[in-house]
Amino acid sequence: MREVAIIAYAQTPLVRDCGAKNDVELVMEVVNAVKHQVGFTNQDLDFFCSGSCDYLGGSAFAFVNALDALGAVPPINESHVEMDAAWALYEAWLKIQTGHANTALVYGFGKCSQGDLPDVLTLQLDPYYTQPLWPDSISLAALQARALLDAGKITEEDMARVVQKSRRNAKSKPGTQLKGDYTIEQLLAEPKLVSPLRKHDCPPVTDGASAVILATREVAEKFHKRNAYITGIDHRIEAHQLGSRNLIDSMSTRIAGEAAGVAKGKVDIAELHTPFSYQELLVKQALGLGDDTVINASGGPLAGNIMMSAGLSNFGEVAMRIIKGEANRGVAHATSGPCLQQNLVAVLEGK
Amino acid sequence: MGNACAVVGIGQSERYKSKIKKSMAGLVREAAQNALNDAGCTWADIDAVIIGKAPDFFEGVVMPELYLADALGCVGKPMMRVHTAGSVGGSTAIVAASHIQSGVFKRVLTLSYEKQSESNAMWALSTRQPFSPHLNAGAGGFFAPIIREYKRRYQVPEDIGCKVALKDRTHALKNPHAHMHEEKDSLTLENYMDSMMLWDPIRYAEVCPSSDGACAMVLCNEDLAKKSPNKPAWVLGTAMKSEPTMYPWREEVNPQAGIDCAKEVYAQAGIINPRKDLDMAEVYVPFSWYEPMWLENLGFADVGEGWKLSESGATSLDQGGDIPWNVSGGVLSSNPIGASGMIRFAEAALQVRGMAGERQVPGCKKALGHAYGGGAQFFSMWVVGSEKR
Amino acid sequence: MSEQAKKVELIECPIVLNYNFSAGRAPTQFLRGMKQGKLIGQRSPLTGKVIAPPRGACPESGLPTTEEVPLPDTATVITFTIVHLPIPTSALEPPFIVANLVLDGSDQTFIHLVSGCANEDVKIGMRVKAKWKDQSEWDYSMDNIAYFEPTGEPPVDIEALKASRLEEAKRFLKAKAETK
Repeated sequence: MREVAIIAYAQTPLVRDCGAKNDVELVMEVVNAVKHQVGFTNQDLDFFCSGSCDYLGGSAFAFVNALDALGAVPPINESHVEMDAAWALYEAWLKIQTGHANTALVYGFGKCSQGDLPDVLTLQLDPYYTQPLWPDSISLAALQARALLDAGKITEEDMARVVQKSRRNAKSKPGTQLKGDYTIEQLLAEPKLVSPLRKHDCPPVTDGASAVILATREVAEKFHKRNAYITGIDHRIEAHQLGSRNLIDSMSTRIAGEAAGVAKGKVDIAELHTPFSYQELLVKQALGLGDDTVINASGGPLAGNIMMSAGLSNFGEVAMRIIKGEANRGVAHATSGPCLQQNLVAVLEGK
Repeated sequence: MGNACAVVGIGQSERYKSKIKKSMAGLVREAAQNALNDAGCTWADIDAVIIGKAPDFFEGVVMPELYLADALGCVGKPMMRVHTAGSVGGSTAIVAASHIQSGVFKRVLTLSYEKQSESNAMWALSTRQPFSPHLNAGAGGFFAPIIREYKRRYQVPEDIGCKVALKDRTHALKNPHAHMHEEKDSLTLENYMDSMMLWDPIRYAEVCPSSDGACAMVLCNEDLAKKSPNKPAWVLGTAMKSEPTMYPWREEVNPQAGIDCAKEVYAQAGIINPRKDLDMAEVYVPFSWYEPMWLENLGFADVGEGWKLSESGATSLDQGGDIPWNVSGGVLSSNPIGASGMIRFAEAALQVRGMAGERQVPGCKKALGHAYGGGAQFFSMWVVGSEKR
Repeated sequence: MSEQAKKVELIECPIVLNYNFSAGRAPTQFLRGMKQGKLIGQRSPLTGKVIAPPRGACPESGLPTTEEVPLPDTATVITFTIVHLPIPTSALEPPFIVANLVLDGSDQTFIHLVSGCANEDVKIGMRVKAKWKDQSEWDYSMDNIAYFEPTGEPPVDIEALKASRLEEAKRFLKAKAETK
């Protein structure tokens, strides 16, 4: 396997509504920023891949417009997945493994403020039996949270602790959307939104974009004394019908984590794409992470959740901390679908 | 580059048509099962599934890989969904090939589909763009002006569009999967020239149908290819290129991204003179005038000469042409949008395996599969061969 | 189950989603100009070419287009089609002409209607001018222009137009470099 490192990362400030900024303008910020970080032009980039979802913004071919941000003249090698850009990163990583590329720029974006996100996500569901009932994403997450509470796997206090930590960590990172100091009592005093979830247990709606640059060892060594290499990466999907799944375990995260080799060493940090507070507890357990792993130092998705790019951002967050010497080994995780149906896990190590 | 990759199974919908009476799950499973049968393997033998389809507006289901995980035997496995507009069927095949060429996977299932009768494809392609005048006349409205410019530049005769359409629809008669099986007596130049003008200069007869359907392939590494029951098709080259929809003075008739993509795939596959070195090509031609334009773009004819090649019968299997194009009937005879790119790639593979039945190009050893999407800005191509090198 | 029971083969599932679209910075600047009856393009800092209406980025470089360039409301027809099939949800009655136009002084095409003459008379290279709606109807929209109509000038050679515009962009960049 060729060694692939993440050598650059940028994310727009996480905001509820980015206002008069269209997809192109969002993407330009991060694409130009990562190119600038390493002094790359398109000549230096062998492959471009992105993740986005047309329905978020309400226009078919939204990703086509975003191409304007890349300066694709002369033409570039480019692809796109209608998934979180973490899967675009996976496609780019595979491309590098084939030997067809040595460097890749991966980006994702989501302008969720334009639509009604929970309803848009309802369209992910089985169109014959489930979607026509219009169960929104928050209600489905509530079902899973309820299952976990009733099984005694988590408590409401556990969930509140995840939120408290997220808000606190978000203070130290610039550009986060929700931050502050809260006590557990304050959080538990809030009314339920969709029982058992309170509003703060749910991710905010966020507009934004993020980008990373991948490079093989020969290229990466020119940029950082210590690089963050992907030493394992895997993704798995579970059954779609909620009734066919064991909702109190994240089977796909477990398998992906094993295949990525999470347990092969100490995990200093983990950036988990767990948009609902209870999900962090579930994914932490599925990955076998201990209390000595710092989870979501960035604040995580509760502090700002760019749909279609939050998973990619996690790669950037872990990589930058490794490069800075704040950690040696970390886990980046991404999720897709209702109640953590699909999960991608990667291990990054500093060398 | 990378590890060798072979196509050892191909499956399609029994018949492409409008309003196929199957659920989306049933539609994809049929094609997938056919591919598995051809490859002599079961669901358990598949390491990963890579699916592709065009805009989700066509069916009203967002990120359908989530819903289709069960139907495609993917529980506990990796699954990815590619989306590169109209070229997606081709890009999906290329991403699937990457899975094998990287050495990370041994055998994968790839599938592309569209069930556009669920929604309304014409509407989905001409949704009102905010802050623009509502003049988006769909794909036809977009490409008609480009075709007009091609005709003006090279004084192309008026009947070329109909002649190409007739050729593809005649080819389709020998393809049991094709959507359009026209009555022989309606397949006349006079009849076609008489058909209604839709977006001048594109006539109704020169336009692809709107179809539902799915196409699947099983790709594997060299070790597994040697054990497969039917002859493998070897992937000799893959390339994908994109350029912006619009930029100042963009050359739209002969897009640079198409030229560059072809150059790259030919270099990988050792193709120097495409007309001579390839035995057939399956090329994404949704409006028949695009055949002469793509003949030039892909280097089969000099700039301005493509229409002469079409007119000469060189691209017709029935007329004994030396470089048959779209013997499957092409996009002009079946167009489930998301699947069409993969149908091209699959047909090329089918041909070099010698398994194309009545429409087999004799002695077919090397074939090109081509797909394009968006404003003729996304290109994906592969060359497959009957020998590994 | 009774043999009379019908198989369910079709279910109708209406989907209604509401979206609030916001224009980007660059389109907003353009649309504000339109409200005043002005066509204002934006220039790419790297290529010197002018894009009208702007979409945010110069697609060749991926950089924001910031310099505003006021433009006249005359244009050239680069190519066009005659639409015979109605556009879904549009009130326009076919046949009508949708043309790819380039405003004088700019370098990228946009689409608009061409009318005010017989459809058969429209040619590639034709010179046209905007026919504005009554000012009372103006909004933040390209629709303030009802259509473009022929000026009566002789048609231009679009290859020559392209060449001269590319020269113009080069001249602009040279002048810009010299003033630094």
